[in-house]
Amino acid sequence: MSWPSLNLLGQAILSGIFIGGLYGLIGLGLGLTWGLLRQINLAHFGFVFLAAYLSYQMATEWGIDPLATLLVLPPLFFLAGAGMQWLLARFEITPFNSLLVTFGITVVIESIIQGIWTADFRRLETHYNDQKFTLGNFYLPVPELLTLLLSVAIAVLIWAAMRYTDLGKALRAMAQDGPIAAAFGINEKGMSLMLAGVCAALAAVAGICLALTFTLAPSQIFAWVGVVFAAVMLGGLGSALGPLVAGVIIGVSEAVTMAVTAPSWAPIVSFSLLIAMLLLRPDKVGR
Amino acid sequence: MNKTVAAILATGALMASVPWLGLPAFYESLLYLGCHWMVLALSWNILSGYSGYFSFGHGAFFGIGMYTSAGLSGNLNWPFLWTLPAAAALAALLGIGLGTVVFRVKSVRGELFALLTLAITFVVGTIVLNTRIDGGPGIYLNAVAVPALGPTAPASLYLMALAAAVLSLLLAYRIQYSKLGIGLFAIHDDEDVAEVMGVPTFAYKLIAFGVSCALAGLAGGIHALFVAYVTAGETFNITVPLTVVLMSVLGGTRHWAGPAVGAVVITGLLYYFTAGNNPVAGRAAVGVILVVVILFMPNGILGYLGKARRKRSAPARPAAVATAAPAPPAPIAQVALRSSEVLLEVRGLSKAFKGVQALDRVNLQVHRGEILGLLGPNGSGKSTFINVVSGHYEASGGLVIFEGHQLTGLAAHRVAHAGIARTYQIPRPFAHLTVRQNVVLAAMFGGARVSQRVAEHEAAQWLEFTGLAGKGEALPDDLNLHQRKFLELARALASRPRLVLLDEVLSGLTPGEINEAIELIRKIRDRGATIVFVEHVMRAVMALADRVAVLNHGKLIASGPANEVMSNSEVVTAYLGAAHA
Repeated sequence: MSWPSLNLLGQAILSGIFIGGLYGLIGLGLGLTWGLLRQINLAHFGFVFLAAYLSYQMATEWGIDPLATLLVLPPLFFLAGAGMQWLLARFEITPFNSLLVTFGITVVIESIIQGIWTADFRRLETHYNDQKFTLGNFYLPVPELLTLLLSVAIAVLIWAAMRYTDLGKALRAMAQDGPIAAAFGINEKGMSLMLAGVCAALAAVAGICLALTFTLAPSQIFAWVGVVFAAVMLGGLGSALGPLVAGVIIGVSEAVTMAVTAPSWAPIVSFSLLIAMLLLRPDKVGR
Repeated sequence: MNKTVAAILATGALMASVPWLGLPAFYESLLYLGCHWMVLALSWNILSGYSGYFSFGHGAFFGIGMYTSAGLSGNLNWPFLWTLPAAAALAALLGIGLGTVVFRVKSVRGELFALLTLAITFVVGTIVLNTRIDGGPGIYLNAVAVPALGPTAPASLYLMALAAAVLSLLLAYRIQYSKLGIGLFAIHDDEDVAEVMGVPTFAYKLIAFGVSCALAGLAGGIHALFVAYVTAGETFNITVPLTVVLMSVLGGTRHWAGPAVGAVVITGLLYYFTAGNNPVAGRAAVGVILVVVILFMPNGILGYLGKARRKRSAPARPAAVATAAPAPPAPIAQVALRSSEVLLEVRGLSKAFKGVQALDRVNLQVHRGEILGLLGPNGSGKSTFINVVSGHYEASGGLVIFEGHQLTGLAAHRVAHAGIARTYQIPRPFAHLTVRQNVVLAAMFGGARVSQRVAEHEAAQWLEFTGLAGKGEALPDDLNLHQRKFLELARALASRPRLVLLDEVLSGLTPGEINEAIELIRKIRDRGATIVFVEHVMRAVMALADRVAVLNHGKLIASGPANEVMSNSEVVTAYLGAAHA
């Protein structure tokens, strides 16, 4: 173990914050469906990657600006998410079985991606890739910065909506006790469809950010599951800001671990953190 | 020998002859994979399917086994067969160590347990990758000699996996119908109630976890030689746990053979598609099948078949019940009624929930053979009293002495073994066990701890006693509230308790049903049990209680004969409030 220079450490922390923003963005939709609809939606990761590939396709093959895909893909994914929710609600599925069904859906999505774009790595090359700001000695690459800003903006927006609008209050009431909320005039079915749609749209946004910042391969879908789950559980199910905060904490601790020891030690940080939280403060996790 | 055991062994022997039939080698590899997944799925199900603790950490235990065998044979040159017991033992050790910590944290259940075990997988994987166990490049087993069990190396590997599969099937079957299995199924439905009824939940979960991990380690050990090249990335990932969960759920987690059926189906499907020209489409097809099966058969293939069979045989049920001869219930205990002997004594018993003092230094004696009514306004601490005495809550202070033995601080199942049984105000039957199984379980695990055969016999008597004889094969959900309350009673009585704690058995019943219940409680006492009952129905209290005790704000404010106590001014104030001057 060797202590890196202050400069290197600062850059590591910065990149940790950036990746943490992406963890938070992916985790946001996952945590909302888990906390409010009691569904463990693995298909969320499938949606993220599908959106990433679609944005890649539109940008490299059809020459559309990747940011413009932000206007097209989320509405499409809203429909897909609502459709999946309709199916799950139709069969009154238990939380654990939702995990299995959405795993099946993810496998199907993975196969579709592999069928269309092959198993090779794909990289979205745009003019954004080379743009970066410098702040003192530190580099701020534009795609990462954009991801973080989007992640923070969306999380705050959702937090405010959940807290201050009637819709948000209705959602929270529904999550606490669906039948009772329904007795007070909340349209449980409609709300669930809408929420699931919004979460899928969030997956699309996260997917576009992923395409901007990472190399894509279908096999990578499951590589994100563990760490994003950790962010969601640490941040609290159904919380809007929690996954982002937890994501940044995990991202920074991973980046610092990588800088101080070897990159291959990185996963141990988030997962040890999660295990410690589960064992020492179980009442704080996942509620 | 049992028919099922014989069938498993015979099938195993038959399958063992395959290598000598002269089939192409790839059949042996396919059969190997079938057996391999069978072991993993069956082992997963022993903890997760039976007890409901869904583990996503099977990859970790499988991986430990894999690395143990790979390291010992590849790096230290142990003969391969000797590495397999080590692989199983190390995996079991990790599982038991983990369980000792995790199972103590009561709220880590359900999805939290799934997540915790998943996290363990990645932690173990990272440690293996970064230490000398692996170190990065992986371990090659090309130089390791395959034990010559069959005519060729693939055949030998297949025979090893087959032996492991037979072992797993036998264990899964044996455990499901053993006392351990019955206890695990009770934990699945309601762990707190299982503990209160005498199931040593912690020990049972630990045993199940140990067996499950040992088998996974064994499968991993054999697999190390099969793949001949072990890497951390290919081992400690989410594929193994997800595949295993998928197979078990597909086959049915409540049946010992369910995971084996699922393993055969999925392995076959994957083979069928990868052998064809389009492996990607094959993978997609597996995904679609998973979705369709969960949506239309949420209980798995065997669960679905079992249900269909029960439906077909349903009309025959009432006739079968009618032929059962009604036998008089055995006396609970042979003792003189209403002696002056102290059966239960609590001294200075206190229980605080953060700021709320639910019980405040309560002193109370219960005499053998009496019926004591425990009264008090809502929130006065009556239910807490029952929860503390039955061991569900740990007392914050004071002593509970039963038949001269200290019970304070004992786990709830030990309290049940001492001879105390309770009922719940809102009935909490084990939802997936039949009415009869609910009662059998109480007899097997409670104070009496009789064998399964005796328990079956006694359960029939107690069902007769409580008027539920015709409902033995129904699920608790099919009962009405009145019947569910009586099921609570039957469960409490089946453990042959010396002390029964009844928590508002009468609430929610119609006047006619209350009369019936009062008669039943009298009969219970006449059979020798001592009864403490919490009740709001004053008519019943007056009719039944030899003595009443009144709690208010956690303090005992009065005790004595019912008529005296009810005219006590402090009691009147507690119920009706102080008169304004």
